[in-house]
Amino acid sequence: MADSGQAVIVALDGPVVRARSPVPFSINEAVEVGDKGLLGEVLRISGEVIVVQVYEDTAGLQVGDRVQGTGQPLSVQLGPWLLGGIFDGLLRPLNDATSAYVHPGRVQRKPQQFHFQPRLQADAGVHGGSVLGDITSPQAKKQLLLAPPQVQGKLVMLAPAGDYPDDEILCKVRQADGGELGIAMTQSWPVRIPRPAAQRLAAHAPLLTGQRLIDVLFPVARGSSAAMPGGFGTGKTILQQSIAKWCDADVIVYVGCGERGNEMAEVLEQFPQIEDPRSHRPLLERSVIIANTSNMPVAAREASIYTGVTVAEYFRDQGLHVALMADSTSRWAEALRELGGRLGELPAEGGYPAYLGSRQAEFYERAALVRTLSGLTGSVTLIGAVSPPGGDFSEPVTLHTQRNVRCFWPLDRDRARARFYPAINPLQAYSDDAASMIGWWQQQGAAEFASQRRRQLELLEEQAHLARMVRIVGKDALPASQQLTLLCADLVNDAFLRQSAYSKIDCFASPQRQIAMLQLLDHFILRARQVLASGADMGHIEHLPVLRRVRRMGEEISEAALPEFKQLQDQIDAEFAELQARSVSTEEAGVS
Amino acid sequence: MFPEVVLSGAASGIQGPLLFLERSLRVGLNEAVEVLGADGVPRPGRVAALDESRMVVEVLEPTQDLGLAGTRLRFHGKPLQFGVGPGLQGRIFDGVGRPLDGGPPLAIVEERPIAGLAINPTARALPTDFIETGVTAIDLLNSLVRGQKLPVFSGGGLPHARICIEIAQHARLLKQPEAGFSIVFAGIGVSHTAAEQFRSAMQHSGALSHTALFLNLASDSSTQRLLTPRFALTAAEYLAFTEGRHVLVILTDMTNYCESLREVSSSHGEIPGRKGYPGYLYSDLATLYERAGRIRGLPGSLTQLPVLTMPGDDISHPIPDLTGYITEGQMVLDRQLDRHGIYPPIAVLPSLSRLMDQGTGAGYTHEDHPALAAQLYAAYARANQVRVLASVVGEEGLPANDRLYLAFGNEFESQLIRQQEPRTLDESMQIGWRLLGRLPHEDLSRLSDAQLARYLKPADTTHA
Ligand SMILES: Nc1ncnc2c1ncn2[C@@H]1O[C@H](COP(=O)(O)OP(=O)(O)OP(=O)(O)O)[C@@H](O)[C@H]1O
Ligand SMILES: [Mg+2]
Repeated sequence: MADSGQAVIVALDGPVVRARSPVPFSINEAVEVGDKGLLGEVLRISGEVIVVQVYEDTAGLQVGDRVQGTGQPLSVQLGPWLLGGIFDGLLRPLNDATSAYVHPGRVQRKPQQFHFQPRLQADAGVHGGSVLGDITSPQAKKQLLLAPPQVQGKLVMLAPAGDYPDDEILCKVRQADGGELGIAMTQSWPVRIPRPAAQRLAAHAPLLTGQRLIDVLFPVARGSSAAMPGGFGTGKTILQQSIAKWCDADVIVYVGCGERGNEMAEVLEQFPQIEDPRSHRPLLERSVIIANTSNMPVAAREASIYTGVTVAEYFRDQGLHVALMADSTSRWAEALRELGGRLGELPAEGGYPAYLGSRQAEFYERAALVRTLSGLTGSVTLIGAVSPPGGDFSEPVTLHTQRNVRCFWPLDRDRARARFYPAINPLQAYSDDAASMIGWWQQQGAAEFASQRRRQLELLEEQAHLARMVRIVGKDALPASQQLTLLCADLVNDAFLRQSAYSKIDCFASPQRQIAMLQLLDHFILRARQVLASGADMGHIEHLPVLRRVRRMGEEISEAALPEFKQLQDQIDAEFAELQARSVSTEEAGVS
Repeated sequence: MFPEVVLSGAASGIQGPLLFLERSLRVGLNEAVEVLGADGVPRPGRVAALDESRMVVEVLEPTQDLGLAGTRLRFHGKPLQFGVGPGLQGRIFDGVGRPLDGGPPLAIVEERPIAGLAINPTARALPTDFIETGVTAIDLLNSLVRGQKLPVFSGGGLPHARICIEIAQHARLLKQPEAGFSIVFAGIGVSHTAAEQFRSAMQHSGALSHTALFLNLASDSSTQRLLTPRFALTAAEYLAFTEGRHVLVILTDMTNYCESLREVSSSHGEIPGRKGYPGYLYSDLATLYERAGRIRGLPGSLTQLPVLTMPGDDISHPIPDLTGYITEGQMVLDRQLDRHGIYPPIAVLPSLSRLMDQGTGAGYTHEDHPALAAQLYAAYARANQVRVLASVVGEEGLPANDRLYLAFGNEFESQLIRQQEPRTLDESMQIGWRLLGRLPHEDLSRLSDAQLARYLKPADTTHA
């Protein structure tokens, strides 16, 4: 690295600062600007003039103020203290603050104590990813101390078991070149560079979200990527929060990028109180929250996305499955647009810089299931919200995103307005992971999963088709079989896909409960078809008392009461049997 | 700090609201300046851009009478500030915080930067206290809570002013009905009549003594409009977080604000975004709307009720669109309801209160309130689908069940939405239950059996 230089500001325009320097800076070098030491990054160099993007409010900066180089690319500190914490877009802690407001300028994180238990002995050979020891704390799950990716050499010092501050050097490695490298629990990594892994693996298991519409119809695999575009108020944030609460990842990275302060406060308030259904520990202990709200500086929005995915990779490297929520990636794109404009770049479509597509591709490419440098299996699943202007999905950010993700979950305004949640439009949504997840469901005991899922999708499609007919001829004019299709499709929506995030019972569905509901509904559909074919009256089927039970099964049958699905199925059978008996007897009466 | 410095004879150009000057002293970005014309009248401005030899000052009042020769600048070495102190209430200010009512100057205890600071998300307390506004479409279906920002999306000629006045007069906490709100009203580019209407209504109801008015009239400079909401919010923050009051801020009309922002942005030569509005319209609006909320450990709260008129009644226009992406819901007024004589003409389907779930239900309002609202929504959405059908196949062509929904839709609008008088939440809920009672009970899948039994007469199973 070059010696850190010093430059003097010559021009100021919003978050973009130009400075003149006699000594060289490097591109992407982190800098400190002005007396307060505002954090910035060198974006361009032309001759003696550097162009710096400042990640904090630049009000009060003056021409003539100093820009101090750090000699490092823009990096974040990574360590065991991340879990349970809330940070700004550059991973500086927000909860140490003494004021109710965010003030620009340097923030020092206070080191914390963690217990360290070494796994190796002095003289051991180490390489990037070698597991040096275990890190434990009462408030967070167990973590590993790994040798940073670039390390290669021999261990010359390893601290004995004990409690240490996270910034203390716990081991020393003599590198091949003779240099010695100290390793602490807290390590630094440049945000824009993906952390290396040994090998990318093919996805084979779902990231279970507990949301039926996703898990059954449009699943996302561990290590895959998904996007949910939707106009304002269609339910992106609630869905992201639901997934963050209930999905079966080991670690959640929740990035609030340019959205509301109250939503972050909500996460902070709820996560310590909600119990992770698997570990029975407070959800906050497996979460890292990165908050760069809409009123915080725009440039940091751009960085927060990279910060988030870097944190996710850090935990992935410890052999954990990580899910990252980014709400909303559109604000990131807009930050790129605004900064591009200030840098005088030529705008492309929608005013966004021409590199928008490649930046998004780079980001989503960091979603992966991998064998880590340590030989463990870990994954990063990326789930991004997209906020298209006017709710129009043909705008550049949505289109580029759609090209880069494997699962597409568009939220529908009409569904949201009717308070039908989650408002994912099942006719526009898709998942490239769906086919490879079927085997997993079969292993869970859903032998007919593929055909049951297909039946639901077909019904939804036919419903859309028939709805057009109904608009022309009226519902009563349709043949009974098509009326039944409409009823069944309505049930798929109302009894299966609808799932309120606020329901105590239904906010989350385990795979077993999802299977029970899927099978029950499918059973109803098949029985209804048989009974109708054997001459029952559609009017009677429509008014079966059990329908109300079926429609409310999500609300009423909890995880602890799965046997009740069997009772409900018995009720379905009994009512159909009665119908069938009635239709047979009226038929006989008619014949005689 | 920085002694006041006066600079004269440095102006090299004037373009719209922008003043270009030779830079001969050290000033900071965004610092406040006073621009004095030959007439000696000070106009507020701020340093918008700087380089080694030049600087650009954005003048926040008309630049008509400014000339290059006579123009002087006074620098304060700090950002634009508003001096706040006790006695804000009951006063009328212009758009930049100067008393307009002939009263004495404010007793200033503190100068605060009008731009405000971002509230640290970890310091926020969640808004959960239900506010009864007396409006059924809000209280029952889209509840407002203390510390929320809930805009009214209106259109030219729709009665948003009346709705805001009524809310300002009636708003109270369900749990402490006697504790009212302090009102901060910011008229942004409003007509004199509209401002006077609000003032006299507040006077009439005796509420003027706890109201502070900030008026940027339609005839005032449009660049000044960028400051008016910031002055008003600075006052509101003082009332809420220093004096510990519950403050309701009405910002009307945010469309005028956005127009001004577009004007100033284009004078800077910035690349325009959608419909000519600057690409940072979202971030700029967020710096206003995000000033609503509650802060942990402090007693007060700041609730915002911004009003905007949707150009061309188009909800996807950038102004309502970006507002909706920032605020915690929206109340949408509808021209057709208004034409049908329904007051308040609130279209409930596109309306939303995102914080409703935090402030309603057991412990907040009534345990069955959320389910009732959800069921009313589902039924009304279905009624609207049936209306579309009916317009094609005719009412007679509809199945009997659908005709019930058609009737429900009409009653929903004429009996539940429409109201002459403010209602209590209980009154609103009763109407809701009554209307639902006319629908087939088997359809009411958002209600539990217990709720059906409690509120609805036994199902009339009139089907064959
Ligand atoms: N799954 C859900 N269950 C119950 N209610 C929901 C659900 N999803 C959304 N809602 C309701 O819709 C409201 C808006 O949802 P949300 O805030 O997630 O929208 P959004 O798409 O993130 O909007 P924006 O783009 O403006 O941030 C919520 O406050 C809630 O009332
Ligand atoms: Mg959201």
